[in-house]
Amino acid sequence: MTDTKNDYQKILGSVQKPVKGEAGKTGSWSPKKPIIDIEKCIPAKSGKPSCFNCWLYCPEAVVSRTIPPKIDFDYCKGCGICMEECPVKAITMEEVSIE
Amino acid sequence: MVNVLDLPEEELIYPGTRACAGCSMALIYRIALKALGKNTIITVPASCLTVLHGMQGFCTTKVSVLHTPFATTGASASGIVASLEDKGLNEDINVVAFAGDGGTVDIGIQSLSGAVERGTNFIFACYDNEAYMNTGVQRSGSTPPGAFSTTTPDGKIGYKKDMPKILEAHGVPYVATAISSYPLDLYEKFSRAKEIYGPKYIHILAPCPPGWGYEPKDSIKIGRLAVQTGFWPLYEVIEGKFQLSKDSRRYLDPKKRKPIEEYLSLQKRFRNISDEIIANYRDYIDNLWKDIKTRTKEEN
Ligand SMILES: Cc1ncc(C[n+]2csc(CCOP(=O)(O)OP(=O)(O)O)c2C)c(N)n1
Ligand code: SF4
Ligand code: SF4
Ligand code: SF4
Ligand SMILES: [Mg+2]
Repeated sequence: MTDTKNDYQKILGSVQKPVKGEAGKTGSWSPKKPIIDIEKCIPAKSGKPSCFNCWLYCPEAVVSRTIPPKIDFDYCKGCGICMEECPVKAITMEEVSIE
Repeated sequence: MVNVLDLPEEELIYPGTRACAGCSMALIYRIALKALGKNTIITVPASCLTVLHGMQGFCTTKVSVLHTPFATTGASASGIVASLEDKGLNEDINVVAFAGDGGTVDIGIQSLSGAVERGTNFIFACYDNEAYMNTGVQRSGSTPPGAFSTTTPDGKIGYKKDMPKILEAHGVPYVATAISSYPLDLYEKFSRAKEIYGPKYIHILAPCPPGWGYEPKDSIKIGRLAVQTGFWPLYEVIEGKFQLSKDSRRYLDPKKRKPIEEYLSLQKRFRNISDEIIANYRDYIDNLWKDIKTRTKEEN
């Protein structure tokens, strides 16, 4: 007798768990990290929610849409897209040591 | 037109995936999921997007994902929709097939065509990085002329399949083109598509740093050049009616378009492109926009 339900469970394993850092701490992929100059950053200067290009364009979802935006270096891959897309050049890529 | 603050703040994809740094496909997926919302079931054939979802036992998204064999993406969507209809859940849940260009224009085309012809109520989204990237950059039917791939070491001979036109010929109620460099436009298109009943098709150009040969930071810039040179027009065809998208409208004027060399020269895959192929690109873009101009006049 085949037990289809159990067979499927054997094949599928456990329910897939949604997790952060499935590929580990991807921040280790690059020592270069974006540093925001809050003297230049538009929402930080005005205190009003606007711009947020760094949040919008980040492929990794590691930037927060807050004033000022915060970046999670544990997972930021250091691609530099946020630096390129910041309209006021408030972001520079700098070497940051992360353990 | 939506504003950056109209997008939901909540992320439906977790950081720390296996996608390369600067991957525009990851951005496309992130923005598309914001538009689709949590009540979404995704079906994905083998691709970089499979890898992004992670290894057995884990998932990087907050939505349900079905990993399906390469040729079956469209059929798997029909199956999911049929089962949701059976359970009376079809009104509340978006079913979305998300495939690479290889999985769409080559290997997946028959089951996509079948699902569309059956009138399946789903969205088929193709992220087009213009080659089989996950297996190491082999050419696909969507690779553009002159582009290097490991199977076209001297540059591709031939043309890029016009997949949106092929879907238009199926008479689907919604066809759109998009690109990662215009995320608000992309968000609007997914938001619109999910409100329409029947098969919907969205074709999204997806610059890929290792496959196209450029630095990860330039993903957005290169995609923008694809639009600014006129190579990748952004448009929608809603119930057969053609509509040029806001971000592409100014390029109706040929003088506003940037020279195609600006786009090609930034990518190592076009390093050895001949003047003849570049001239072909110019003709291709001219003809493409003549057609767009005619359709914009006739249908509006
Ligand atoms: C039937 C079958 N043939 C071949 C493969 C190997 N394979 C896995 S991913 C892939 C490339 C997919 O290319 P595309 O759809 O463009 O997605 P991308 O990797 O570029 O994101 C190939 C050939 C497979 N998994 N199944
Ligand atoms: S893109 Fe630049 S100006 Fe805009 S919110 Fe980010 S850091 Fe500030
Ligand atoms: S460097 Fe890349 S991954 Fe890091 S915050 Fe900027 S856009 Fe996101
Ligand atoms: S190969 Fe290209 S599409 Fe695939 S994960 Fe890397 S950047 Fe993204
Ligand atoms: Mg591909």
